[in-house]
Amino acid sequence: MRIVLNGEPREVEATHSLEQLVRELGMTLQGAALVLNGEVIDRGEFGRTALRDGDAVEVVRLVGGG
Amino acid sequence: MTRPTEDDKLIIAGRAFGSRLLTGTGKFGQPEQLRAALAASGTEIVTVAVRRVDLNDPADRTLTAIDRDRYLLLPNTSGARDAIEAVRIAKIAAAIVGHRWVKLEVTPEPDYLLPDPVATLQAARELVAQGFTVLPYMNADPILARHLEEAGCATLMPLASPIGSNRGLRTADLIRIIIEQAHVPVVVDAGLGAPSHAAAALELGADAVLVNTAIATAADPVGMAEAFALAVVAGRRAFLAGLPARGDRASASSPLVGRLGQVAP
Repeated sequence: MRIVLNGEPREVEATHSLEQLVRELGMTLQGAALVLNGEVIDRGEFGRTALRDGDAVEVVRLVGGG
Repeated sequence: MTRPTEDDKLIIAGRAFGSRLLTGTGKFGQPEQLRAALAASGTEIVTVAVRRVDLNDPADRTLTAIDRDRYLLLPNTSGARDAIEAVRIAKIAAAIVGHRWVKLEVTPEPDYLLPDPVATLQAARELVAQGFTVLPYMNADPILARHLEEAGCATLMPLASPIGSNRGLRTADLIRIIIEQAHVPVVVDAGLGAPSHAAAALELGADAVLVNTAIATAADPVGMAEAFALAVVAGRRAFLAGLPARGDRASASSPLVGRLGQVAP
C-alpha cells in the first residue's frame, strides 16, 4: 500500500505498524515527533497503531526559529 | 552598576525570568556559535520552530547546543497560515518539548509576514481553552491587544516592524498605547535591528524584547548578543529611573547668572 511520508509517496507493507515504519527508517526519533494524519501519536502507541492506505505520516522536530 | 535590580524580574504566567531579552535561534551558523551567542545574550527564553525532518539527512545538530535546563524552549507556530494549522503545530510542539508554552504566530502572507489578527485571536482562544500559555505575535494594534488579553494570553508581542527587516521601532506610538493599557507583559517582537532599537523599546516601558535576525546575521553574533543584553538593561534602567520631560527649546544646563564679563544693567 502507499502512504505519504513527509509529503513524499512511499510504498510500505500492508501489515505495517508505525513502529515498523520507524524501524524501517532507521531513526532514533530522539527529540522528534510522529504525526499521523495531523495528530501526534505517543511513542507508546507506535506498535498498536496500524498504517492504512493513504495515511499521511510526518516526522517532525524542533529547528532554529524566531 | 550601583542600583541592584535582582528583584526586577520579568514575570510571565507566574514564572520569573531574570533577563528581559528573549532570543530566537534561527539563521545561526554552527551550533557552537548559537551556544555562545545565547550565553552572551543572557537570555532565559529561546524560541524554536517545528519542521519536518529531512529523512535523507536526519542528523540536524542545530539545537543540540541548547541546554534545556538553562533555557525555556518556546516553540513558535511559524508556517501556520490559519488558526487550525497554528493549533495543530502548537500541539505537536507541546508533545516534543513536554510543556504547553507557545509563541503563537499566524502569517498567511509571505512578503511581509504580517500576523493575521482574526486567525491569531481565534487560535489564541482555542489554545488557552486547551491549557496553553499563549504568547501571541501580533500587529501593534491596541484594540487587538485588548481582545488577546481578554482571551487569556500570557503576554502581548506587538511587532516593531516586519520580521527580519531590521527596520526598528516603527510602531512606537501604537506600542506606547498597548503598554499603557496592558495588564500582561508586553514583549516587542520582530524588526529590532540594533541594540538602540531594543533600548528604545524598554525605555518606552516594554517589559521585554525578542531578537533573532539582528544577532544571528551580525558579523559577530556573540558580540551582538552581548550588545543587545547591555542595551536591554540600559533601556530598563532608564525606564525605571524615569525619563525627563522633552522640550522644544534649549534649557541651559549651566547657570545663567554670574557669567564672566556680565555687566549689571
